[in-house]
Amino acid sequence: MLLRIAERTAVFLVSLGVSSALVFGFMVLLPGDPARVALGINATEVDVARLRAEFGLDRPLGEQYLSWTGGLVRADLGTSYISRAEIGPQIADRLQVSLILVAASMIIAVLLALPFGTLMAVHHRRASGVVLSAISQVGVAVPAFLAGILLISVFAVHLRWLPSGGWTPPAYDPGLFLRQLLLPALSLGLVQGAVLTRYVRSAVLEVLREDFLRTARAKGLTPLRALVRHGLRNAAVPVVTVLGLQLATLLVGAVVIERVFVIPGLGSLLLDNVGNRDLIVVQDVVMVLVVAVLLVNFVVDLLYLAIDPRLRTASR
Amino acid sequence: MTHHLPRLLAPLAALALAVTACTAGSSTAPAPAGSSATTAGGSSDRITLGLVAEPASLDFTKSDGAAIPQALLVNVYEGLVKLDQDGKIVPALATSWKVSDENKTYTFELTDKAKFTNGTAFTAADAVFSINRVKTDWTTSLKAAMDVVAEAKAISPTQLQVTLSAPSNDWLYRMTTHLGAMFSATGVDDLANKPIGTGPYTFTSWNRGDSITLTRNEAYWGTKPHYQSVVLKYFKDPTALNNALITNAINVVTTVQAPEALGQFTGNSKYQVIEGTTNGEVLLSFNNANEIFKDKRVRQAIRHAIDHKALMETCWAGKGTLIGSFVPPTDPWYEDLTGVTPFNKATATSLLTQAGKLGATLRLRVPTLPYAVSCGQVVKAQLEAVGLKVTLDQLEFPATWLEQVFRGGDFDMSIIAHVEPRDLKAVFGNPAYYTKYGTPEIQGLLKAADEGSVDEQTAKLKQVGRLLAEDAAGDVLFLLPNLMVADAGITGLPQNAIAVAFDLSKLGKR
Repeated sequence: MLLRIAERTAVFLVSLGVSSALVFGFMVLLPGDPARVALGINATEVDVARLRAEFGLDRPLGEQYLSWTGGLVRADLGTSYISRAEIGPQIADRLQVSLILVAASMIIAVLLALPFGTLMAVHHRRASGVVLSAISQVGVAVPAFLAGILLISVFAVHLRWLPSGGWTPPAYDPGLFLRQLLLPALSLGLVQGAVLTRYVRSAVLEVLREDFLRTARAKGLTPLRALVRHGLRNAAVPVVTVLGLQLATLLVGAVVIERVFVIPGLGSLLLDNVGNRDLIVVQDVVMVLVVAVLLVNFVVDLLYLAIDPRLRTASR
Repeated sequence: MTHHLPRLLAPLAALALAVTACTAGSSTAPAPAGSSATTAGGSSDRITLGLVAEPASLDFTKSDGAAIPQALLVNVYEGLVKLDQDGKIVPALATSWKVSDENKTYTFELTDKAKFTNGTAFTAADAVFSINRVKTDWTTSLKAAMDVVAEAKAISPTQLQVTLSAPSNDWLYRMTTHLGAMFSATGVDDLANKPIGTGPYTFTSWNRGDSITLTRNEAYWGTKPHYQSVVLKYFKDPTALNNALITNAINVVTTVQAPEALGQFTGNSKYQVIEGTTNGEVLLSFNNANEIFKDKRVRQAIRHAIDHKALMETCWAGKGTLIGSFVPPTDPWYEDLTGVTPFNKATATSLLTQAGKLGATLRLRVPTLPYAVSCGQVVKAQLEAVGLKVTLDQLEFPATWLEQVFRGGDFDMSIIAHVEPRDLKAVFGNPAYYTKYGTPEIQGLLKAADEGSVDEQTAKLKQVGRLLAEDAAGDVLFLLPNLMVADAGITGLPQNAIAVAFDLSKLGKR
């Protein structure tokens, strides 16, 4: 068990190192010069060179990479080229916004997927199961941004029930916060929920065919009780894997939804700064996303051990 | 055993609760973009404007881009002079000024009432500081316009004398832009985050990625504005911007990015639609250094081949002005030059045949901007109709376009709106610029215009405008319109967007 945790941790750390080099490398390859973008179309070469020096872009690449990663290790994300603002607090602020959005979407997705997926599996030969299954297929096919645009046009523009976008800190006005959160969270949550429903359905179906479930029913348990007591834990392993993958997808996928709903999250920070070629901010944001994804995978790995005792035995 | 499954959900729920409890997205404590138009009472003196481009920084001395002066100039910073709605130079911090006979020495009388928001009084010493600082500390290209200043000196706290090394009409004009913004000698430590000026509004907060809030400067020396608080809210998506107005999240759409969407507002008594002009000439630029464009007949053929009216109809919903050269109607030297090379496919084909360039291939490389992308298709189709081949590709704007087209010169034609005011000289007076144009004749006229009297300036620049059309240095497809939509009761919105600043102090309510 401990060995396995140590192994996972090592993989996590190596992945971090490799991804930082990749992220930095891609930034170097990206066409466009931050200094020229900052100075605009009438700037002279002299001005651009001067600003490049001010940004530290005239240093050798190795030195730039080391000073960047060195900062990361000390939790110093550096200062933006263009806005001259500290990047750490900006990312922290935006990350909270994105996390709220992702968490709300995830809750919606899970609340939809668990009951409906199970129902679909249990009723998979009945009309109700087939109809639910068809609905979830449609959900899988619709991209989140399209769901967002549809929700806006129905609930904001036509019915005027909810705002079409924007963001209010929860502490400032909780009511408005929730009203503004609902549509974007639904856009992401409905789509992810549909995907998750499919996985829950197949996982439960799989479990329903297992011998131990037949044995449980032979002991006299009703089908539902047998499923709840013995089946769900077994179905949970694949579902948790997907849940972890989805969490990462959501965090990255929130980029588009944040734009549609004008939400100042990590995604809009990333897009704006790619446009401005504020590469240091872009690097930092991408690294934060990478860390988040790696961390989710790491936690999922550990969760397997918690859910499935067989894995623990195997690693001893 | 069943209690294990809910346990998996617990971290998720805990995460949600933990983050919901904090004040996410509020590092700079913004007010939410409220629906001031619908809520009566106390909030009625707040107005929220929807804009398209958020500044990357608040420091226009180091960062180019129209969004910074648009928000801050005239509102937070003031200059000695400013531009009115008709394009005339009028007093601001300078109450009056005199120009010496040889057009080289300007003596400004300054107001003694103005105060910076850091508490210090505005004096001629601050003006000298601000003017000199352009040469020493600014990095943007605009600073070149200050090179002509030989000396700035304070004669008294309210009198400033600026001596130019050569006469320049352009200098005083540039002083109406952010080049002429007056800074406090003790207030330039953190321009990117804490602007300090003498204007009717003070900078309050910037919620990055969302909005900038300005608050009325209660100690302002001039007429105080109506709105106590102005929120500038930034939208990347044009539809989200329009939706925000429909759902009362904002009061004004300052730039309608998709003119075909105007239909949902026109004829609705809840809204007013403003259509005016701008300084934004949408230019089909030629790389005049390329062999094919050295032949004037090819350049003229392209101008003859383009049906400008149809083009504007297709790619910008017919909104805009056809001007025929590189001078917008609000400049004194404007004349309608659309007749110089009228749309005529036969003429175009015959010019190409004479030049031996029928069937030649041109690379049209456009930036990923809405007007450029949609007009690019039309230009391609119209040029192919007269016997040219056009390969069209799109380059990410700004970075990739700047790198490859603007700096690299790797293009035959491009499409971009030149939005800077009075940019004849910058775009067509400099052979090193990406248009690779600037004949000695044009350069001579531009110089004479800058140094001569106001009448001479108008006459010479008129000549430049005509020459550019006749010589087909490029093709102005159309002039971008100033399209705004606002709640019906709002007054003081600018008809024409010709100044670099968006004057918020004039806004009011019926």
